[in-house]
Amino acid sequence: MDRKIRVLVAKPGLDGHDRGAKVIASALRDAGFEVIYSGLHQTPEQIVEIALQEDVDVIGISILSGAHMTLFPRIMELMQEKGLDDVLLTGGGIIPPEDAEKLEAMGTGKIFGPGSSTQDIIQYIREWAESREQTETK
Amino acid sequence: MTLNPEKLLNDFETGSKRALARLISLIENNGKLADDVRDALYQKSGRAYRIGFTGPPGAGKSTLVNQITKAYRQQGKTVGIIAVDPTSPFTGGALLGDRVRMNDLTLDDGVFIRSMATRGSLGGLSTKAQEVADILDAFGKDIIIYETVGVGQSELDIVEAADTTVVVLVPESGDSVQAMKAGLMEIADIFVMNKADREGADRAIRELSAILHLREARDWQPPIVKCVAVKQEGINDLLTAIDRHYCYLQEHHLLEEKRRERFVQSVHSLVSTRLKNEFWDERARRILEQHIAGLDQRKTSPYRAAQQLIDHFKQSLAKQ
Repeated sequence: MDRKIRVLVAKPGLDGHDRGAKVIASALRDAGFEVIYSGLHQTPEQIVEIALQEDVDVIGISILSGAHMTLFPRIMELMQEKGLDDVLLTGGGIIPPEDAEKLEAMGTGKIFGPGSSTQDIIQYIREWAESREQTETK
Repeated sequence: MTLNPEKLLNDFETGSKRALARLISLIENNGKLADDVRDALYQKSGRAYRIGFTGPPGAGKSTLVNQITKAYRQQGKTVGIIAVDPTSPFTGGALLGDRVRMNDLTLDDGVFIRSMATRGSLGGLSTKAQEVADILDAFGKDIIIYETVGVGQSELDIVEAADTTVVVLVPESGDSVQAMKAGLMEIADIFVMNKADREGADRAIRELSAILHLREARDWQPPIVKCVAVKQEGINDLLTAIDRHYCYLQEHHLLEEKRRERFVQSVHSLVSTRLKNEFWDERARRILEQHIAGLDQRKTSPYRAAQQLIDHFKQSLAKQ
């Protein structure tokens, strides 16, 4: 199989700043991933539906508006409803460390705060994909 | 979720979009998908009408596809969209951004959008995209739309894959049309002059139709449709043009011919891919290594190496 890691980069909610999302999307593309970019102002419903149709491995969310404690749980809920149980939900933005901890405890993947390097994000996704492949072949 | 193909096929038959998406991935990844699963899917296909949209970057293809899809939805037809973007030959990555212009279709249950990267198109983009189209067709979509940037080989693939090929241009395309006319100009069944509210649109249309009239007269003369996709102008004219082309194909029995050609092309491509896989066994690779080793003294040549490899392949077939 010639599998490629497919990542959805999405921006939920009302904030209209997608510079960060675009930087991440380009960095992931340059790392050899297939990146589906959704554009601005997506609802959680839209994001999960895109993830389903595109059969992505990873959903990466960029939130700068402060609504992360509502949006992440809602996306997780919808992912469960649609059976996307082997898809990684990760993301970043202006998210305080204590909120990131809470979200991770709820079951999201790693949450990246301001100042995270794109290399760290790439490495995190690669390692996640590798460990998943190992569990799949078992 | 399991990747068991039989289970996927079962779910697919009950209308599961998740199973559809997973089957498409299996095809894209050259995954293990038994031929009887492929057969089952193929035999269900053959109903959908396939339309290809191509043109230079920034011509407004995605926006146009978005509008035309909404128009088909109003007619009660279901639509599958395959949006193709290039894979970087340097990193193998791809940025697939066509969905940005199709956001209002995401939650429509009668629409399924899949972004595809060209992935070096070993075995041809056309075969992969066509297989994906076959699956969407088997899933019950009435209309399949391909969207691809027309700057290289991919636009020729689209002609094979589509029943009707729409080339989307903008008033500013004038000069680039000259550069690309060998490719884009010859493949169009329909031209769209998008962003036609811009200055120079009428002149661009005149120039385009002048070029078209220079060609030998054909049974089907590609019409030029004026559109402003963002304002939903000209969409009905485009629908009419597509319908007219469909009727033309039917009257002249060209639809069957296109489907036969597509079938032949798929068989050719499958045979060469599968033969290649069987051909390069352990022994064949060793033979090639030996020839490479003899290269410094010019004791070999590509011709001799190829012939020896083919002889070896024939022998191993005879032994079986």
